[in-house]
Amino acid sequence: MNTISRGFTGRRQGEAKLPPGQYLEHGFPVLQAGPTPSVSTARWTFTLTTETGELRRWDWEQFTALPSEDITVDIHCVTQWSKLATSWRGVSLDTLLDGVPTEAGYAMARSYGGYTTNLPLPDLRDGKAWVAYEYDGRELRPEHGGPARLLVPHLYFWKSAKWVTGIDLMRTDSHGFWESLGYHDYGDPWREQRYQGD
Amino acid sequence: MARAAVSGRLSWHVATIKATSDETESARTLVLDAPGWPGHQAGQHIDARLTADDGYTAQRSYSIASAPEEGRLELTVQRLDDGEVSPYLAGIAQPGDQFDLRGPIGGWFTWSPDSERPLLLLAGGSGIVPLMSMIRAHGAAKSQVPVGLIYSARTPADVIYAHELSERTVSSPFNLTLLYTRSAHRGVPPGRINAAVIAASAFPPNTDPTIYVCGPSGFVETATTLLVDAGHPAPSIKTERFGPTGI
Repeated sequence: MNTISRGFTGRRQGEAKLPPGQYLEHGFPVLQAGPTPSVSTARWTFTLTTETGELRRWDWEQFTALPSEDITVDIHCVTQWSKLATSWRGVSLDTLLDGVPTEAGYAMARSYGGYTTNLPLPDLRDGKAWVAYEYDGRELRPEHGGPARLLVPHLYFWKSAKWVTGIDLMRTDSHGFWESLGYHDYGDPWREQRYQGD
Repeated sequence: MARAAVSGRLSWHVATIKATSDETESARTLVLDAPGWPGHQAGQHIDARLTADDGYTAQRSYSIASAPEEGRLELTVQRLDDGEVSPYLAGIAQPGDQFDLRGPIGGWFTWSPDSERPLLLLAGGSGIVPLMSMIRAHGAAKSQVPVGLIYSARTPADVIYAHELSERTVSSPFNLTLLYTRSAHRGVPPGRINAAVIAASAFPPNTDPTIYVCGPSGFVETATTLLVDAGHPAPSIKTERFGPTGI
């Protein structure tokens, strides 16, 4: 049961279809727990590790030579802003996972600087997730996660790990950084899964 | 990164405004009575949910300004002219008015009076709010660790908590450095945070301070880069940002 706030009218946002509790943002807010890591493409690598310890590793040159896609998606941050029709370029996780033998059900994304976030593996497949290295036609800036970030737009944006450097496939789920601090394990914005228990 | 566990479902509480006070021309403190509110850790925030009489709702996050306390908390809200919720909370709302809130949220950007490391705080604009909760928690616990605050505001009239901050420099081991980005007073030229300010006013890396930086994204980016360049290890620096960047 909501409490009525006397004198509050709000500002209705026309036809934009947003998840519950979100508002439309036109800028691009930055959220992160610490300083922006400085990661040069010369030392950047991306490593995919299966639950049996099998590795696939790409350096920047190899990674950016993989087939890439243009992606236009809405993004939703747990701090209540949503931004519509953002455009990115990156490599689909389907490409990275193609032919990888795994029975894992979960994945942990790992970033330069120590950030982690957990996701079910099916949420990274079937055209739902990318490792993006361009935003709006330009190289991805460090404060937005450059050189490359995970992009999983159907979940709250903390799942789209900035400065991503690898994904570990796991048989059982485990908490990432914000998830261990009370944020939801799955984070579906349309079901408003902001915090554990939502 | 070290972590503190937070668990259990966050429930909504009805908050009733007990008092308001204008901190600056555009920032207002709301003293809230919230039965069942469990208290918080200094630095945390809440989600506020406002509901119009036709059922329309809007949610926003606001930092807690007060020291941790059960059943009661204070928010300081900066009014954004193009905002949806802040013009209400920092303008229209009066004592007796109510809204829903839940929290406390955010287990990372937090400070505990148990900490024995020097506490270095850097605030840009209304980024002072969660840092003020730390300063007040430090005072309430009579902590003797030294606290240094570097606070960048547009003009002297934009300094939130100016009187209280000044008093605390006398009553506790608290050092205050104010920077004015637009216009200063008494012949002091305007200035932004830079390496000279860090060298003169920040605890040096060999004292191993724990560091919290909060403000607009550009301020946080600049300040954290200066701190890392000055030799502070990245894991000692925690950040909280608001507002968009230019793309």
